[in-house]
Amino acid sequence: MLIETGETMPLRTSDDVVRVRQAVRLRAVGAGFSLVDQTKIVTAASEIARNTVDYGGGGVLRIEVLRDGRRQGVRLTFTDQGPGIPDIALALKDGYTSGGGLGLGLSGAKRLSNEFAITSAPGHGTTVTLARWK
Amino acid sequence: MSEIPILKIGDCLLVSIQVDMHDRLAMALQDDLTQRIVADRARGVMIDISALEIVDSFIGRMLNNIAAMSRVLDAVTVVVGMRPAVAITLVELGLALTGVRTALNVDKGLAMIRSIIDNAERADAHRDR
Amino acid sequence: MADTAFATLVEKHQKTLLKDWLAAQKRDGTARDPIADAASADLARQFLDQLRNGAAGGRFDDITAPDWAPMREVLEDFSRARATQGFSPTETAIFVFSLKEPLFDMLRRELGADAEQLARHTWAVMRLLDGLGLYTIECYARTREDVIGRQQQELLELSTPVVQLWDGILALPLIGTLDSARTQIVMENLLERIVESGAEIAIIDITGVPTVDTLVAQHLIKTISAARLMGADCILSGIRPQIAQTIVHLGLELNVISKATMADALGLALRRTEKVIVDRAKVHGAGD
Repeated sequence: MLIETGETMPLRTSDDVVRVRQAVRLRAVGAGFSLVDQTKIVTAASEIARNTVDYGGGGVLRIEVLRDGRRQGVRLTFTDQGPGIPDIALALKDGYTSGGGLGLGLSGAKRLSNEFAITSAPGHGTTVTLARWK
Repeated sequence: MSEIPILKIGDCLLVSIQVDMHDRLAMALQDDLTQRIVADRARGVMIDISALEIVDSFIGRMLNNIAAMSRVLDAVTVVVGMRPAVAITLVELGLALTGVRTALNVDKGLAMIRSIIDNAERADAHRDR
Repeated sequence: MADTAFATLVEKHQKTLLKDWLAAQKRDGTARDPIADAASADLARQFLDQLRNGAAGGRFDDITAPDWAPMREVLEDFSRARATQGFSPTETAIFVFSLKEPLFDMLRRELGADAEQLARHTWAVMRLLDGLGLYTIECYARTREDVIGRQQQELLELSTPVVQLWDGILALPLIGTLDSARTQIVMENLLERIVESGAEIAIIDITGVPTVDTLVAQHLIKTISAARLMGADCILSGIRPQIAQTIVHLGLELNVISKATMADALGLALRRTEKVIVDRAKVHGAGD
């Protein structure tokens, strides 16, 4: 599997979240994703980007376009140096009906992705990696 | 004042979301709408999202909030024009639009608001007899 | 060492090899018209270049090695083109095999004095070309599978059209066994049609579907949820007893109204859209 191309974007303001949506959309289109697949990964990106800005104190997104044989994919890595998530399992369990709170975007973004990984610890920031394949 | 125009059609308010909203804009819209519902004595609120390519949990919460606030102010909220890709993604996302009615387009949305208001008035009249 | 000698020989005799090879192709009947001939000549040149490059690494026994990657790419493109143009797999492989004779001739001329070297090189080159020829057949087969897959898809899209039964009422008669990927496409298509036509009710008829597995059922459920989110609704019709059993057995919650036949579903849809069908004779009475 190789990384065909990539870019890094800052995630500090809600304007950055909009920019992230547009950038991820462009990459998904470039990788030949169907409209539904584009929508899914851009929505997942929006969720995590928001978390990074709102709860992570801002951070960075790395977008990579991947190729594995004939398949093309898009991988997103969100990193922040924020307070970290104390209980990841719990954060992943939350549904949207439980109202506001930390990490609600996580479970949804995970459902929208083919691959999803998260590392986080209090005081050590958070890294979320998700990928979608065509 | 939000940059999203709010139109008045009879006793309904129509909002057409054209841009990829950032969070401040979404909050401003919620505030504006609430004020306008009271100021114009609106009975219905129609939110046209046919231009939205993405509806994430934040926008979903905004829609739910608007519906909740309108209900308190005795107005009906209908969201119209949701795109198939958005609907499919929302289902996958697990986002429930609670208290938000939906219709395929503005015409049907207006008809729905009309019929709900009329039914409610009939029920009221019946009770008051 | 002795292995890179081959690469040097190919380079030295490339012009002659090319000429003899193209002549052999004509003899074997793989060349067709002037344009195809020019394309063949171009491809043959590329092949010889890559033969030289790959052989320069000194490895003949493993064409999956990185040295041979550019050669594999050339052959892949070639096979794909031939497959889509309707050539047979044999015709495609013969392109490679017809190079054997010119190569062996060249080896005999250069190494004829040393019988052991000649034998060793001839053997190695023969195995190499066999491997490359077989590779073209593999690529060919893969391309044919892709083409067939695409055709199946198009056939399926044609065979599951969304029809408008009436103002505001669509019907999707599903036919045949559904797999996950196709079901997704068909369902997305239905949702698009709902938007286009402004239909508030879509009847999904599965009379023609012999079995429904968990994945397909999940897609159905998701599609119905999505339609509702958009402001439309669905009615399921044509569920056969076996499918009903499977659904219960799988513990699936089909949160949708289902009717036995499409006719029943249409009746319900008409009522829901406030339409009434009137029997004229009964209304006007006999003699009108």
